[in-house]
Amino acid sequence: MRPFDYSRADGAPDAAAKAAQGATILAGGTNLLDLMKLEVMAPEAVVDISRLDLTGITPTEDGGLRIGALVTNTDLANDRTVRTQYPVLSRALLSGATVQLRNKATTGGNLLQRTRCPYFYDTGAACNKRDPGSGCAAMTGCNRILAVLGGSDHCIATHPSDMAVAMRALRARVALESPEGTREIALADLHVLPGDTPEVETVLQPGEVITSVILPPAPPGRQAYVKIRDRASYAFALVSVAGIVAIEDGRITEAALAFGGLAPKPWRDPEVEAALIGQPAGPAAAEAAADVLLADAKGHGGNDFKIPLARRTLKRALRELTEATS
Amino acid sequence: MIITLTVNGRRTELDLDPRTTLLDALRHHLALTGTKKGCDHGQCGACTLLVNGRRINSCLALAASHDGDEITTIEGLGKPEAMSDLQAAFVQHDGYQCGYCTPGQIMSAEAMLAEVAEGWPSYVTRALDDDPTLTDEEMAERMSGNLCRCSAYPRIRQAIGAVRDARASRTEAAE
Amino acid sequence: MDGQPQSKDFSVKFTMDEAQPRVLDRMAQGLLGTAMDRPEGRMKVTGTAPYAAEYRREGLVHGMLVRSTITRGRVTGIDTEKVQSMDGVIAVMTGGPLVRNPAQGTAHEAPAQSLPEVFYVGQPVALVVAESFEQARHAAQALTVTYDRADGADVDPATASDTETPEDDVLSQGDIDTAMKEAAFAVDTRYTTPPHSSAAMEPHASVASWTDGRLELHGSYQMLRHNVAELADALGVDEADVRIHSPYVGGGFGAKLGIAPEAVAAAHAARELGRPVSVVLTRPQVFEMTMRRSETTQRLRLGSDAEGRLTALGHEDWVSNLPGEAFAEPTAQGTHFLYGGDNRYFAQTLARVHRPCAGSVRAPGEAVGMIALECAMDELAEATGIDPIDLRLRNLPETHPENGLPYSERGLGDCLRDGAAKFGWDTRKPAGTRLEGDWWVGMGVASAVRVNALMNSTARVTLNPDGTALCETDMTDIGTGSYAILTQIVGEMLGLDASQIEVRLGDSDLPKSSGSGGSWGAQSCGSAVFLAAQGIRKALAEKLGVAADDLTLKDGTVTSGNVQHGFADLIDSPLTCEGTLNPGDTADAFSIAGYGAHFAEVGVHRDTGEVRVRRMLGVFSIGRVLNEKTASSQCHGGMIWGIGSALTEEIMHDPSDGRIVNHNLAEYHLPVSLDVPDLDVVLLEDTRDDEANPIQAKGIGELGIAGAAGAIGNAIYNACGVRVRDFPATPDKIFPHLPETD
Repeated sequence: MRPFDYSRADGAPDAAAKAAQGATILAGGTNLLDLMKLEVMAPEAVVDISRLDLTGITPTEDGGLRIGALVTNTDLANDRTVRTQYPVLSRALLSGATVQLRNKATTGGNLLQRTRCPYFYDTGAACNKRDPGSGCAAMTGCNRILAVLGGSDHCIATHPSDMAVAMRALRARVALESPEGTREIALADLHVLPGDTPEVETVLQPGEVITSVILPPAPPGRQAYVKIRDRASYAFALVSVAGIVAIEDGRITEAALAFGGLAPKPWRDPEVEAALIGQPAGPAAAEAAADVLLADAKGHGGNDFKIPLARRTLKRALRELTEATS
Repeated sequence: MIITLTVNGRRTELDLDPRTTLLDALRHHLALTGTKKGCDHGQCGACTLLVNGRRINSCLALAASHDGDEITTIEGLGKPEAMSDLQAAFVQHDGYQCGYCTPGQIMSAEAMLAEVAEGWPSYVTRALDDDPTLTDEEMAERMSGNLCRCSAYPRIRQAIGAVRDARASRTEAAE
Repeated sequence: MDGQPQSKDFSVKFTMDEAQPRVLDRMAQGLLGTAMDRPEGRMKVTGTAPYAAEYRREGLVHGMLVRSTITRGRVTGIDTEKVQSMDGVIAVMTGGPLVRNPAQGTAHEAPAQSLPEVFYVGQPVALVVAESFEQARHAAQALTVTYDRADGADVDPATASDTETPEDDVLSQGDIDTAMKEAAFAVDTRYTTPPHSSAAMEPHASVASWTDGRLELHGSYQMLRHNVAELADALGVDEADVRIHSPYVGGGFGAKLGIAPEAVAAAHAARELGRPVSVVLTRPQVFEMTMRRSETTQRLRLGSDAEGRLTALGHEDWVSNLPGEAFAEPTAQGTHFLYGGDNRYFAQTLARVHRPCAGSVRAPGEAVGMIALECAMDELAEATGIDPIDLRLRNLPETHPENGLPYSERGLGDCLRDGAAKFGWDTRKPAGTRLEGDWWVGMGVASAVRVNALMNSTARVTLNPDGTALCETDMTDIGTGSYAILTQIVGEMLGLDASQIEVRLGDSDLPKSSGSGGSWGAQSCGSAVFLAAQGIRKALAEKLGVAADDLTLKDGTVTSGNVQHGFADLIDSPLTCEGTLNPGDTADAFSIAGYGAHFAEVGVHRDTGEVRVRRMLGVFSIGRVLNEKTASSQCHGGMIWGIGSALTEEIMHDPSDGRIVNHNLAEYHLPVSLDVPDLDVVLLEDTRDDEANPIQAKGIGELGIAGAAGAIGNAIYNACGVRVRDFPATPDKIFPHLPETD
């Protein structure tokens, strides 16, 4: 960890001003400190926002929920409204990391966490994301946990968040503040695909700080989060599905599906959902949706299995969402 | 930089390199070595302690971020001649082997018992809108942030379960 | 020690040449074998037990090792200037005594010191020393090392050009090819297991300081007498000038058998700088700079007659290690004597590759060899239609099938039968027929076996007139329970309550023991303590003019005939005896091993193939149980390692440069609590192995892992009909083959 100037922000505008001057924002620190210790990230200045008053979970006028950027993963998962109205979000959060980490990790930080690609973490290995132009050791290396959708020839990193996957299914929006003012964007637009600039991961401008995440009113239907991983707990997803599905008379009337572990960003494809709407709930609908989801999927050897696993996980999630409860 | 920590009820002022983690502040600057470093990357739980009553991985926390906070470490729970109930249960149930992850396990367990009492759900909680009860499976999930390579997991859970039961019967008796 | 030297020395030197009487069974205290709490437990649970990195010295500075980022080549330059000017940096060191990798277990000499030559990604190439940990870490990261790379180094054992198939290790008995052809049932199958990491929770750490030319090193090591020799050799000093302290070791599992790079670096830097130096490995460095277990490829050939009696048994294996390392995973070690079959074939091929060093990891040999053997036995059971337990029972040989030696105590049959009854084996269904909700459920069984070894060991016991006793040896307690069992042996022999006994371990200046490893610590060191206590009993008996066997020592009193004495009546100064144990003829005259049986019930998800262990039972026969609590905890540990090797653990090497890609605890998946159900362990009662050693006990630290993963693999097959032959059994190995359930 290189030496850095440490300062504490006295408000979101102060944090944004310091970030605009190049400071890196520290919130929970569960990923940033990890990366700083390895010098994958080596900021000269760190601005600590952990004590800013961005910890509220409040109803919005239209019946949704505004979640402060510094609400911890724990507090969000425990929130009674989230547990009852947005259980997919609570489940996704609880499937991620550990209590110790969730007690520290924040909503904004979770969205901005970096990939778990092992080559990104190893400063002795080639990685276009960490060191643009150095190459991608993962492409022909150990890529078991890496992307089969949305990658490029330069980078196949996956976004590791569970929370963000649920939020995508919930059509979340993200509020931003910068010295230039505030704006709100769809979570769908926050992360960008690697293309030939894998070092660029979001649309955030220098000095832009996430202040809250806004959830629209809970959609009708059942919600579920299914996560497949290499051990029973405390592991990143190989594949995960956040699903919200409504059924009337045996037919799917509404569907929102987002996927984790497959792509450089929490993945959602409207055509997958379109393939389900109007279909009778059952394996055939799931197969059709999986065909759409995986039409362009591309494995790199070690992660080839994710393609059939995504199909199976989708089937499993849809069964959970559509079978009569026993 | 100068920061103040209240560790196990004792207020201390420290002059630290800003890079110093909460874990290293305790181990290198306060000679409180009960909190262990197993991975230094939030991947093992050996460094678990309580900040303002909540458990965190102290390796992934800058000491500077916790200026003014109340820290509870394993040394704050009990002493060899006056162990806390959890500490005594770990000895009785052999909830350890090499002992290195043990302080983190115990701090985690202490926090977990409070979390369940406060109604926190977990990944394995069946109904999110209900208050959870601390079954063996619930304990296993909630303690999964504390690796034990000696693999004392079943006995760690037995030790915690014994304390859960003992505290519950004490509470009942008091009511 | 205080007091006058004894006029006569009652120290005992003993060689294990023949079966020994069960002296301990005649003792009266009733302490040995009980589930006594660990005496050091209070220290561990309160965070007051000091581990290596926690020793503070006045003027202590911090060293951080720097790793190679190339696979093979030479270091041509180190830009010390840039980091020398950084805040707090004291020195940058390279070459000299820095070691390439740890010493192998019991090596007793320095490991390779190859700099400037580099042999693998992750090899230590330099040490940076600074005033603080933070400064040292950054300077080490900032250090620029230049290399002359050698291209084309082999990193993949499957394609390595340099391989060895030692003739001495080939065993060909009868004619296996013909036997396989003529067998009524034959299984010819291949299994692979990945490299494993010991991943002890305490990273390797050493704090070194020199006083008057003598090194004092607080380290985390398992076998101090060898570690002293290895460290002295690496530094070019006399063994007498090295003292190592390891009173608490935060897990070993083989990774701390031999001196490792951090100890040599700390000692070297402390000598050069004239200041105490601490070097603690980072977690990635623990993966890269210490031992891994080799990956294995194994071919099993089993042929049987129509009744399932083996006529052919072949076990060939392929493993790897760095050039120059003598260690080769003894994969088939347990297969040689577990089951019969007249026609046998064994061979091992070792590939030289540029991956981090391979060495002992808990139960080297059986930990992975038994997975393949026991799954192959399950395949044979399936082929013959014979129940897997019955098949095993039919194939227990009368004598060692290769050298004809008799077995000493061997409780395998009882373990299998008792375990089957306790586990409800009779409710097991045919493969792929038990679907409960979304989960296929099945049961599997495997035998457990682990060779048993006795090692030279000395211990010193002192009895004080006030009825307290002190036991001293350089033995270590790596979580195994040494403090507890040695307390119990002293207490049992001298009739003392545990509270009256102090056990001092982990100081290389104390009498030299076997150390911890190879499951030989408890029996070897325990026997030495037993012998020393026997000497004390003899001395007491002589004072009373009776035979030692006529004494009853209980609760601090000595009874002879009808007369009871206090110790103070018999001795007026401390009475000290040493006990020395040497292995002897019984090791050559008998096949001595620990045995057991594993039973597992698993669920396999019908869509996505995740496996969850639902129940597990281990039944073990290990001779005398010294402490019921610590022994069964060891079994838990082994069985959970079995869960890890069956389902989650795998070191991944980059295919092009051999580096360990997942060198951290997030991606190297140790089992977590949720992976582990409540476990059931049964230790067969009243077992004694008279040929093993004078205390009739056998090792338990490794037996629990041997075969455990095999039982899980077999349970997976029974659950869903998918035979996993490439471990770990992650979902991708299973779901493509699952039966359709929609």
